[in-house]
Amino acid sequence: MNIIVCIKQVPDTSEVRINPETNTLIREGVPSIVNPFDMYAIEEGLRIKEMIGGKVTAISMGPPQALEALKEAFSLGVDEVILISDRAFAGSDTLATSYTLSKAIEKIGLFDIILCGKQAIDGDTAQVGPELAEHLGIPFVTSVKKIDEIREGYLRVHRMMEDGYDVIETRPPALLTVVKEINEPRPPSLKRKIQAKNLQVPVWRKEDLDVDEKRLGLKGSPTQVLRIFPPEIKGERKILEGNLEEQIYKLVSELKGLGIL
Amino acid sequence: MIRIKREICTGCEICISSCPYGAIEMVEDRAFITEMCNLCRACLSACPVGAIIETEESRLPTTDSRLMDFSGVWVFAEQRRGKLHDVSLELLGEGRRLANILSTELSAVLIGSNIEKEAKTLIAYGADKVFVADDPSLSDFHDDSYGHILAGLIEKEKPEIILSGATSIGRSFIPKVAARLRTGLTADCTRLGLDGKILHQIRPAFGGNIMAVVICPNRRPQIATVRPRVFKKPIPEKGRKGKVIKVHVPEDISLRTKTLEFVKDLTSTVNISEADVIIAGGRGLGDAKNFRLLEELAEALGGAIGASRAAVDAGWISYPHQIGQTGMTVSPRLYIACGISGAVQHLVGMQSSDIIVAINKDPDAPIFKVATYSIVGDALEVIPLLVKKIKEVRG
Repeated sequence: MNIIVCIKQVPDTSEVRINPETNTLIREGVPSIVNPFDMYAIEEGLRIKEMIGGKVTAISMGPPQALEALKEAFSLGVDEVILISDRAFAGSDTLATSYTLSKAIEKIGLFDIILCGKQAIDGDTAQVGPELAEHLGIPFVTSVKKIDEIREGYLRVHRMMEDGYDVIETRPPALLTVVKEINEPRPPSLKRKIQAKNLQVPVWRKEDLDVDEKRLGLKGSPTQVLRIFPPEIKGERKILEGNLEEQIYKLVSELKGLGIL
Repeated sequence: MIRIKREICTGCEICISSCPYGAIEMVEDRAFITEMCNLCRACLSACPVGAIIETEESRLPTTDSRLMDFSGVWVFAEQRRGKLHDVSLELLGEGRRLANILSTELSAVLIGSNIEKEAKTLIAYGADKVFVADDPSLSDFHDDSYGHILAGLIEKEKPEIILSGATSIGRSFIPKVAARLRTGLTADCTRLGLDGKILHQIRPAFGGNIMAVVICPNRRPQIATVRPRVFKKPIPEKGRKGKVIKVHVPEDISLRTKTLEFVKDLTSTVNISEADVIIAGGRGLGDAKNFRLLEELAEALGGAIGASRAAVDAGWISYPHQIGQTGMTVSPRLYIACGISGAVQHLVGMQSSDIIVAINKDPDAPIFKVATYSIVGDALEVIPLLVKKIKEVRG
C-alpha cells in the first residue's frame, strides 16, 4: 500500500504567551515540534506498512525550517519525505493549505491511504484533513481511534464520537485523521537519526506543482486574521480559610450560593 | 506582503519577539522579514515607530458585488438518533441575534430520518424557516450525504452566514462543505460579532494562549463552528410561527462510507463536551480504583468524569475522558481537578471553565494558578468529605 502522511511543524504552543502591553506573541525560545497528533499518523502509517507492506511518504507544507519535522519523520522510519515550500504559500488558511497539499499529492500520484493528525495544536481547526479529501475527491473519516481491518480495496475503522464510536467501512483511496488513542508512537532509531542528519530533503516549489496561483497563499485564503488579543483572565481567586473540613464546608456553601448545588 | 521600511526602523528589536513564526531577524542593525513569515500581522502593531507595513498586493480585493446576493443566517441543526443536539438550540439563540442585527431571516437545516417533528422545536427556539431533508437513507451521519445536501442547499439559497456546532459531526463534514464551496470556515468560535455585514469570528489559537478575530471578507457564506455551551440556550416560545420547507433528497447520492454499528461508551453517562460539571482526576489519585471516588462526586453533582493525560496513559480511564492538548477542550460551569498538577497541556483544555476547584497535595502545583478555589490536601481524603458535605447541604 502507498501511504502518505501529512505532517506539520508547529511551535510548542504550551510555551507561547502574549505580551499584555503590546498584544503580541512572545515567542522567544519557543521550540518547534512535530504536531503531536501527526506523530500518531506517522506511527499508524508505519504499522500499516509493517502489516501488509508498502511505502510511507511523509509530506509537509511550511517554511524551509519544516524540513526538521520531515527529518524527524524519517528517523522514525518513513521511506520518503517531501517538503512543500514556497513564499507564494505563505499566509495560507486551511482552504489554501489543503488545496496546495492536494496538488502535491496529485504529483506523487498513486496512493491508497492518506493519514493526518486530527488537528494541529497551533490552530486546532481540524479542517485540513477533510478539506484535502474533498479536493482530491476521496472519502474520509475523521477522529479515527482504530483501524480494525485494512486490505486491498477494503478499510474498516472506528471513529470516535462524543458518546462512543462508530464502526465505519470504506474503500481506499481514503483519508483518515487520527487521534491519540490509535497507537503509541515508537522512539526514533539511532541509525536512522544519523541518516536523517545528512538527508537531502526534496523541496517542491510552486513551479513544481500544477496549481492555480489565485488559490495559493494569502490570495487563495478566504479567511484572514483581523487582529489578535490576549484572552481575558477569568474569574477571581478565592481563599478558603480554616482547617480542611472548614475549607470544604466553605466551598460547598459557596457553590450553593452560586446556584451550582 | 509584510515589509520593513529600513529608513524608519530604529533597530530596537521589539518586533522580533512579537513574531509567532520567528520570521524576523536583524540584518545590518535593521529588522528583516524572512521566508518564515506567515503574514499573520502580529508584528504590525508591535513596532513602536510604524516601520513595519503591509504592502497592498497581499490583500484580497475588498468588495465584490456578488456578495450582496447572499442573505440570511443559517444554523445546521444537528441530531443523532432523532435527538436534537443542545448546541443547535444554543446557536439558534445566537443566530437570532445576528439575524436581527442584519434584519434578515434565521433558518435551520435539519437532516436525518423521521425527524420532521423536530422542526417545530427549532421554530420555537427562534428559526423563521426550517429546511428539512428527511429520508431513511439519512438516518446515519455520513460526510458524503450530509455534505451533499447542505452544500446543494447553500448553492441554491445563498445564505450569508452558517453556524454549526463544533461537534464530532460538525467538525467532520462542515470543512468538506466549505472546501466544496471554496469559502472560509472558522472553527471553535467562542464569540461572534458583526461589523456591517462582516462576521467577526473570535476564536482561541495557540492552545488558548491568544484570541484571534477572523474574518471572511470576500467569499460567502461565512461559516463558523462553535463549541457546545459557548452560547446560552434561548427560552423557547411555544406556538411560534415558522415555515417548514421539505428538501428533495436525491436517490443517487454516492455514499462511500457505511456505518456498521455504533458502540456506546458505557463509562460515560454524561459526555464531557456538554457537561455542566466535570470532575477530573490525575496522577495524584494513584490508582484506577480511586476513580470510583470521582464517580461518587460526579454523581452527587450530576457531572461527568474527566482525566489528565497521565491518568489516561496509566490506563486508569479511557481516552475519550482525556482533557487537554491531545484530548478534549472543555469549559463547564464547574471543573474540579483532583490530584492533577496542571501541566500547561492540561490547562489549555480546561482553563476557560467558569469555576475551577483544584485539590492537590502540592501547594506549588501549577493547577492552583488557574483555580478559583484551592484546597491543598490529598484528593483521596478531600473527595469523600466533599461528597458528604454536598449530601448534607442537599438534605
